[in-house]
Amino acid sequence: MHIFKRAALAATIAALCSSDSWADTIKVGVIAEFSGPFAMYGKQYREAVETYVAKHGTQAGEHTIEFIYKDVGGSNPDVAKTLAQELLIREEVDYLAGFTFTPNALAVAPLIDQSETPTVIFNAATSSINKGSQYFLRTSYTLPQVTAPLADWTFDQGIKTVVTAVSDYGPGIDAEKAFKAAFEKKGGKVVDAIRMPVATTDFTPFIQRVRSQNPNAVFAFLPGGPPTFGFTKTYNENGLAKSGIRFLGTAETEESNLQALGDAAIGLTTAFHYSAAHDSDVAREFNKAIKDKFPNAITNWASVGAYDGTHLIYEMVKAAGSDGPKALEAVKALKWESPRGPVEMDPQTRTVKQNVYIRGVERDTVSGLLVNREKGVIATVGDLGWTQ
Amino acid sequence: MSLLLNIAVDGIAYGMILFMISVGLSVTMGLMRVINLAHGAFALVGGALAHTITLRWGIGYYVAVPLAIAGTIALALLSERVLFRRIYRLGELQQVLATIGITFMVIAVVNRLLGSSLLSIPLPASLQHSLDLGFRVLPAHRLVVILAGIAVIIGLVLTLDRSRFGTRLRASVDNRNIASSLGINTDRIYAATFCLGAGLAALGGILGSELLPIDAYYPLRYMVLFLIVVSVGGMGSISGSFAAALALGVLETASRYLIPDAGTIVFFALVMALLAFRPAGLLGKGMT
Repeated sequence: MHIFKRAALAATIAALCSSDSWADTIKVGVIAEFSGPFAMYGKQYREAVETYVAKHGTQAGEHTIEFIYKDVGGSNPDVAKTLAQELLIREEVDYLAGFTFTPNALAVAPLIDQSETPTVIFNAATSSINKGSQYFLRTSYTLPQVTAPLADWTFDQGIKTVVTAVSDYGPGIDAEKAFKAAFEKKGGKVVDAIRMPVATTDFTPFIQRVRSQNPNAVFAFLPGGPPTFGFTKTYNENGLAKSGIRFLGTAETEESNLQALGDAAIGLTTAFHYSAAHDSDVAREFNKAIKDKFPNAITNWASVGAYDGTHLIYEMVKAAGSDGPKALEAVKALKWESPRGPVEMDPQTRTVKQNVYIRGVERDTVSGLLVNREKGVIATVGDLGWTQ
Repeated sequence: MSLLLNIAVDGIAYGMILFMISVGLSVTMGLMRVINLAHGAFALVGGALAHTITLRWGIGYYVAVPLAIAGTIALALLSERVLFRRIYRLGELQQVLATIGITFMVIAVVNRLLGSSLLSIPLPASLQHSLDLGFRVLPAHRLVVILAGIAVIIGLVLTLDRSRFGTRLRASVDNRNIASSLGINTDRIYAATFCLGAGLAALGGILGSELLPIDAYYPLRYMVLFLIVVSVGGMGSISGSFAAALALGVLETASRYLIPDAGTIVFFALVMALLAFRPAGLLGKGMT
């Protein structure tokens, strides 16, 4: 009896001392936009995370996972840093996630390095972020990852001359350079590179300029929402499609604003890693699970980035609990079947390697809605911008 | 030659859109002298109603647009009674704070009810085609905006300068006490004018949405644009706004054709230069 009592006491003490043994709670801090003009991202992330949790439970291995959401409101590096500090110190989170904008991710790099906190980027697509800290993991994509394969594919289609038209800001210029480099390497010619002010509301002058050069295609890069809407509308209304100038893009036809583009979007060609119309059981299951839980939800690349990011966090927690370096090691070459298709972590860049698909916008015959129909895989690539 | 024609056609089409989206503000801020930063909120309400009526209820465009405008006017009448009537008497800074607060509330409500993605208002087939001008094409809806802009400016000038309502309005704004002691029901005049401004805001929001699409952040995204048109035109002058909108549209379009990289700088530099030399705007009479 005496021995039994002692054993029980020892077990209790052991449980209290070793924080990452069994039945503890591992907290994950999600820093994203839940208010303001970019609140769509926060909503997409949250729906995806909650759908994953509903499907897999709050238990990962021996640990319970809890998500804490913090609103960063937009591209606010200072706020992102403060929130990360608050989460790490006061809430004692073991993992961070979210991050729509590059500056927000870069701002937390020193913190996660110091605290050895694995941080899963759901969106921010600038290649160099992952060089900022070895604790960054990325389940979205990088701009060169989709742009360079598109340029190669374009040339192979017999398109020899292209005008690039990009919004005049960081990602736009990156896309322009990546496209131009890959396209000219193949032997194609970028006849004009137009940079459009971010505040542009009427795109007609730029579209007329494209038209007057009469290229085989126009490669565009614009932030989602009103600029994409304006550009694609103007592209169609000014008869570029009719005169045989093809539209090439990447994220422009993303699902959350696709229906708003209307019939003007039909026939637009894009290269991207995720389409809600991806033809696989995992994709259909994912769409159904999210719609069962959130009837008005629309899945787009932000949803799949968060969904796969949550998967990665679960795998890390399962393997290593709250031990950051061990967690990184455990998933550095993880492979899984994502709703976007097969993916795997690249041990060097810590960004997912994935298929890039060539898609055309079509009206689905069953639902009557516009979809990004995948016409083929153009490449399976890692982060092509890593060595630049 | 074709470049000049392009600039003229696109500039006028764009200028008319600028006029349509800001004419409501010329009425409330210009004529009534209320710093109405909630102008965009009424445009958003109009656009959101048109979106709901056409897409969710499946009613045709030509019925939906008047319904959406009527709905906005009804809401404007209510909010005038409850809120704006009190705001008229406040100082300028308080008006700014109150109306921008209302704008944030409207944004939050629309965001809550309809989400933060684009709220499209699909055009009927008759407006979707493009007209062939010989040397280029012009989308039909831009022609509609140009015609609507001309109709609105003629209608407003006739109403404000020639009608009894216009005389009473100008009297009420110039000196409310004397106007009401002369037997003019100034409360009613103010309410009617405010509703006119809100209705025009809704019309402009809907017609302009092919270029400036409606979403929950519409009022903030384009607030600077509305304010520029009204202040360049001159407070209290509808024809000033009209001239300003066309001039700004043509100048911005020209700069985008000729020096595309500096388009935005040219636009704002011209606005600053003009306001430096004519602080009251092109045709303004100055604030009293």
